[in-house]
Amino acid sequence: MARTSARRLEPVSNGVSRMTTEAGAALPSWVQRYQAVGDALPGADRPWLNARRAEALAAFAASGLPTRRQEAWKYTDLKALASVPFAPAIERATVPAIDRVPTLLTDDEPLARLVFVDGHLRPEWSATAGLPEGVVLADLVTALARHEPLVEHWLGERDGIAGRSMVALNAALMDGGYVIWVPRGTIVDAPIEITLLSGAARGAHTTPLVHHPRILVVIEDGAEATLVEHWAACSDATYFNNVVADVQVGAGARLRHYRIQEESVEAYHVTTLRADLGRDARYEAFSFSTGARLSRLDAEISLTGTGASLGFGGAFLMRGRQHCDTTSVIDHRVPHTACREVFKGTLDGQARGVFQGRIVVHPGADKTDGQQSCRTLLLSDGAEIDAKPELEIYADDVKCSHGATAGQLDANALFFLRSRGLDETTARRLLIEAFLSDALDEISLPALRGRLTERIEGWMREPREDRE
Amino acid sequence: MDAATSTAIETVRSVTGTYKYGFVTDIEVETAPKGLNEDIIRFISAKKNEPSWLLEWRLKAYRHWLNMPEPQWAKLSFSPIDYQDSYYYSAPKMKERPKSLDEIDPELRRTYEKLGIPLREQEQLAGVAVDAVFDSVSVVTTFRKQLAEHGVIFCSISEAVESHPDLVRKYLGSVVPYTDNKHATLNSAVFTDGTFVYIPPGVRCPMELSTYFRINAENTGQFERTLIIADAGSYVSYLEGCTAPMRDENQLHAAVVELIALDEAEIKYSTVQNWYPGDAEGRGGIYNFVTKRGACRGHHSKISWTQVETGSAITWKYPSCILQGDHSVGEFFSIAITNNRQQADTGTKMIHLGRDTRSRIVSKGISAGHGNQTYRGLVRIGPRAAGARNHTQCDSLLIGSACGAHTVPYIENRNRTAMVEHEATTSKISDDQLFYCRQRGIPEETAVALVVNGFCREVLQQLPMEFAVEAQKLVGISLEGSVG
Repeated sequence: MARTSARRLEPVSNGVSRMTTEAGAALPSWVQRYQAVGDALPGADRPWLNARRAEALAAFAASGLPTRRQEAWKYTDLKALASVPFAPAIERATVPAIDRVPTLLTDDEPLARLVFVDGHLRPEWSATAGLPEGVVLADLVTALARHEPLVEHWLGERDGIAGRSMVALNAALMDGGYVIWVPRGTIVDAPIEITLLSGAARGAHTTPLVHHPRILVVIEDGAEATLVEHWAACSDATYFNNVVADVQVGAGARLRHYRIQEESVEAYHVTTLRADLGRDARYEAFSFSTGARLSRLDAEISLTGTGASLGFGGAFLMRGRQHCDTTSVIDHRVPHTACREVFKGTLDGQARGVFQGRIVVHPGADKTDGQQSCRTLLLSDGAEIDAKPELEIYADDVKCSHGATAGQLDANALFFLRSRGLDETTARRLLIEAFLSDALDEISLPALRGRLTERIEGWMREPREDRE
Repeated sequence: MDAATSTAIETVRSVTGTYKYGFVTDIEVETAPKGLNEDIIRFISAKKNEPSWLLEWRLKAYRHWLNMPEPQWAKLSFSPIDYQDSYYYSAPKMKERPKSLDEIDPELRRTYEKLGIPLREQEQLAGVAVDAVFDSVSVVTTFRKQLAEHGVIFCSISEAVESHPDLVRKYLGSVVPYTDNKHATLNSAVFTDGTFVYIPPGVRCPMELSTYFRINAENTGQFERTLIIADAGSYVSYLEGCTAPMRDENQLHAAVVELIALDEAEIKYSTVQNWYPGDAEGRGGIYNFVTKRGACRGHHSKISWTQVETGSAITWKYPSCILQGDHSVGEFFSIAITNNRQQADTGTKMIHLGRDTRSRIVSKGISAGHGNQTYRGLVRIGPRAAGARNHTQCDSLLIGSACGAHTVPYIENRNRTAMVEHEATTSKISDDQLFYCRQRGIPEETAVALVVNGFCREVLQQLPMEFAVEAQKLVGISLEGSVG
């Protein structure tokens, strides 16, 4: 939190200034560095936002980064983050030019897209003209300027910084991100693509950057949209993206939300995804992860309207010393809701996968149908999977199940293919692709499914690393 | 709520609602002063004529315990325990250890008769030897002579400390160290009695061994310690049962059980836990905080835990296997029933360290009334456990809308050749099943009992015959009985 903005906000500043002087020493150095760029933070001239930031920073100062002593962080250690000399991404006035933006959609240009480079919107690569009338698609800075009541309302809609230090950190320092708002009954039939590139700075300027994007997605009653969110890197730089995505799917609304995480192998990426589903809403959330040294998806999805249905799935392909954590809490709060959760992962080298999935059926939420499965293939001796699929059930008329498996390729299946003349490498590749394609089947956007299948093939072709 | 559900609640309530072991035995007892301090530990140790190494060990545990936090991670809620408001030693007055059954206080004998535990050998079902533990001491151990002929040592742990100090010293605390957790550490400091079993190499224990635990005195905690060692190539089946009087206060039961299986040895450990569960509003009942762990030290060794948990206000219990020996096997079969305000957080840990180790977990939970229960289990495959195999199945049955059932499995796999599978389901008694039975003329109540019995069958089958009867009574027959 910037000392400058704290000074400007006398009514709430006492806590902040005391906190920055007393607890300041305990905060990671890169959090303190935000003091110098306070004025550059989006909405720095808005008292309501500064008050929220001050409150969130106090909460973060009290809790600090999560530690492995917290049950939800038992298998993922963020200790390394505290000592990296990150610089705030917004500190930099100019952003290196890029000559190409990757796309995950086929030939047709997407209807609308936003491109960010190191946290800054690149208007020359972005396009929003084709959107139906009334739909808002903008970066956070623009959205705050043009649609402040909307942003204020939806930022305030979710309290929840208590006990969530990564959310508190984002709420205090949010310095970018984007907003999508699809008004009641509007159907956006073509996919919207958001590309967030990091690590564009090369050569002399290699200070690791930290960025706290906030994403707001509001699909009002009866509206529909498809969102492809692509996290990619221009280099193998070290950086840290601490993302918070708040998603609201209204009554009868439908949102397909695909997250493709291909950050640099030295990057840290934490996304906290919080979603709320209204009556008869349908939310399809899919997450494909191959990047980052350490990544975590922390999803809290709440089914609060009768008939709401959630498809939550993903695939992770990790190697080397990568660490990929998928943690989720799905809350069934009312009767007649359904969720289907399918995750598949392959781990090679010294990679480590973590899957913690909890399904909660609240009292009275009868007729809940909750299915969860997580299957992992271990491809090497050093790989490790830690899975914790949880059911927490307080209603009796429910159907809930979960399954988790971990193991290697089936020797019989391998033998079958070899006996038909396939060499070992091809046979293994075929089996791994088949294993992962189950997860891709959950995607209802055929073009993307094709692209991700290619990604899997590409991952398989890369030489197997046998580091250490 | 439909008719089937209310019937089911009624029938389940009848299992635990009338607790028939809730009487109190009026007997003269000798107690240590209330509270816990080093003097109490010295008192217990002196009462038992213990060697100095054991007293030192107890004191070490006590000093460690003072600074230990209570385990908070379980899904249980209860007010903090006042460790100073309890007696740590309570024993029926006896001049000396009775040489024969006739020397035992007739009041005590009647107690065990009422509990249905025959202490007179001739009256017993052939083939079960009993160690009867009453509050803090073992009152009698039957069939010792016959067992001794086979070289089997079966006695109370206090006697074992005197008669086989080397064995006790070698193995005590080797599976559950005194630093393990708050409850186990407390037990290490103040344990009063328990059972000691040693099966020599190559011996198949000729009869079932069993311990019957009874808490009687007021404000008393029971802290027994059981140590079972199965030497190379031996086999033993051990049973454990427990009851307590109905009281409005909560009593603490913090036991430790250590099992050691050497090369090719097999230990089968069965428990029917029926401590007083408290009344319908959740007043009283036993806090059952137990640490049970077995080490498969030898190759091809096997440890099998079977538990039927129906009693206790709160159960906190995770019988575990450390599969050190290559090709060793661990098993865990469990039925847990929570009714009224009962809470149970139970499960197992299977730690695979050796090659080609196998484990199997079958857990069946039935939750009714305002009961809440959690299966909490860990399957860990170490990097050297090549070819390890685990299969876990957890099923929960919910009866009524105010209860809860939770499943919290931890799976940690660090070996690619290992295969770990976990499955869990939660459901109520299906209308289809009930309809099928009713259509064939089976009354609703019987149908519910039938379904519950079927649900538990896989675990009940694992119990030794002598115990299966009691367990069936608790789970199944009582359900049917309420039909009248």
